[in-house]
Amino acid sequence: MSVAAAINTRDASALPGKRDEDWRWTDLRGLIRAIPDPSEPFAGDVGRGPFDGLAEDRRVLVNGGETRIDVAAGQKAVVALRVLARGAGSHATMVAVTLGPNARVRLLESYESDGGSVSQTTLSITLADGAVLERVVLAQDHEHAVSVSQAEVRLAPRADYAQTVAASGARRQRLETRVTHPGGHAVLRLDGVYLLAGKRHSDQTTVVTHQNIDGTTAQLTKGVVRDQARGVFQGRIVVAEGADRTDARMGHHALILSDRAEVDAKPELEIYADDVSCAHGNTVGALDEDALFYARQRGMPAGVATAMLTEAFIGEVIDRISFEGARDVVRAWAAERLGG
Amino acid sequence: MLTVKDLQATVGDKAILKGLSLDVPAGQVHAIMGPNGAGKSTLSYVLTGREGYAVTGGSATLEGENLLALAADERAARGVFLSFQYPLEIPGVPALTFIRTAMNAQRKARGEAEITAPEFLKLARQKASELKIDFDMLKRALNVGFSGGEKKRMEIFQMAMLSPRFMILDETDSGLDIDALRIVADGVNALRSPDRGMLVITHYQRLLDYIKPDRVHVLAGGRIVASGGPELALELEREGYERYEKAA
Ligand SMILES: Nc1ncnc2c1ncn2[C@@H]1O[C@H](COP(=O)(O)OP(=O)(O)OP(=O)(O)O)[C@@H](O)[C@H]1O
Ligand SMILES: [Mg+2]
Repeated sequence: MSVAAAINTRDASALPGKRDEDWRWTDLRGLIRAIPDPSEPFAGDVGRGPFDGLAEDRRVLVNGGETRIDVAAGQKAVVALRVLARGAGSHATMVAVTLGPNARVRLLESYESDGGSVSQTTLSITLADGAVLERVVLAQDHEHAVSVSQAEVRLAPRADYAQTVAASGARRQRLETRVTHPGGHAVLRLDGVYLLAGKRHSDQTTVVTHQNIDGTTAQLTKGVVRDQARGVFQGRIVVAEGADRTDARMGHHALILSDRAEVDAKPELEIYADDVSCAHGNTVGALDEDALFYARQRGMPAGVATAMLTEAFIGEVIDRISFEGARDVVRAWAAERLGG
Repeated sequence: MLTVKDLQATVGDKAILKGLSLDVPAGQVHAIMGPNGAGKSTLSYVLTGREGYAVTGGSATLEGENLLALAADERAARGVFLSFQYPLEIPGVPALTFIRTAMNAQRKARGEAEITAPEFLKLARQKASELKIDFDMLKRALNVGFSGGEKKRMEIFQMAMLSPRFMILDETDSGLDIDALRIVADGVNALRSPDRGMLVITHYQRLLDYIKPDRVHVLAGGRIVASGGPELALELEREGYERYEKAA
């Protein structure tokens, strides 16, 4: 069952849970006994969003609602989309993004909750032939929130879609992206960063289906977890029969900074085509003790050395954001979380 | 300056240093030579506070201060510097960023103001040119993809930048070509001063032609088994360690 349907019908038994293969590490059904009352409409001041200074088109959705972002053929746009939850109610939000042929868009999305809300956002993103979209997501949820974002992305040939999801977790946080990849020289980059502390949980789940020949996917997710936090990465790339000459790479690497922190990772390649070039790598481990000693021998206290090394580790993903303004916002966000 | 008395240390459950004593007065350079596995690098790690090296007896003081009670970074802030036998690669951190972070951490620990960006760059340019290091190399991730010799040169660059009081050079000469050896030795000699001390670990007399030691010690079996003037290094070069290994 879908999270949106469970919220809309206020039926907690319809939530996905550990019996659903895709949700076994993010068990909403086991966590939520009853869906909270619907969120009240909110008319107060919502302050500034993290990307406000970068966008001329600013959309703010508080406690649900819908918006459409349509960019016509050949047009350019920078859109800041804020999805806010105020209070501890439940709600679902809908966003539709459509790019015409050769449109070029930067979509700067943020999730901001301030309490124990239960919320879900559905995004439907469609790129026509030759369209270019860079999506940067900053998920800054409240530690008591349950926040789910589910994007369904459809690409046309020659489209170029790049995404970076930066997440700091919540009581339960899930950022899901499903991409239908038509091949045809369309290019996909799907990146993620999670920096988790306290008892926060964050789940980044992606599914890419290569349907036809000549598609490219590059995926890199990195995480740093400390305290009792838990990071989840599930990445699946399916290369359908006949989707030859697909080039797909997936990497997931996480650092665990405390004994009680946890990372669960499931990278999967399902290949039904013959002539493909696919690879995946997955590492989960502690910070390199030798490098840490080297930095400390030069005079850095443990906290400073750890901050420097973890920022460098995460920096590889952040450097792949091509929009400089958004890259700076994400870098500052990471520095604030990793700072010694 | 550095006084080590009856130092004993284990790695895992293995005793490596077995009662090592050594005294390096301010203003002097002492060389340590000894067979592979004797405990030379272990001594350098114990003095700099690496985890996993447990001191089970003895003492080590710098200017009377108990080094063994300090964390690795506190020792560095007191001016202890180790040029590593195997320098680490630090992906994603440009050499200049690494050194500036280290320098400012040391300054903070000593209650001094941070170095400004222009001051730092000026100093870096000057030291890089003295050590014939291409300045662009300092913008690359520290030691990543550097050759063995370049890494050693980068150690001496860091040393020149941080200007420590007590320096331990662990086989800094290995991997250096003949010209680089001279350049590095000049860099090291530039740091010799009446208030600084140095411990130079090496296998080869050649380095000691450039960095002239006041004393030479033989470390074998976890102890200093012989000490002498610079002529001892020449004797070791001729005759090897056999008689000292028996003594150990
Ligand atoms: N982590 C470790 N675990 C177990 N034994 C160790 C460890 N590190 C060092 N040793 C052992 O301690 C002994 C001393 O090693 P050390 O590196 O200090 O020798 P060294 O004198 O520097 O030798 P070299 O001239 O080859 O550099 C060796 O027998 C080595 O195998
Ligand atoms: Mg050694």
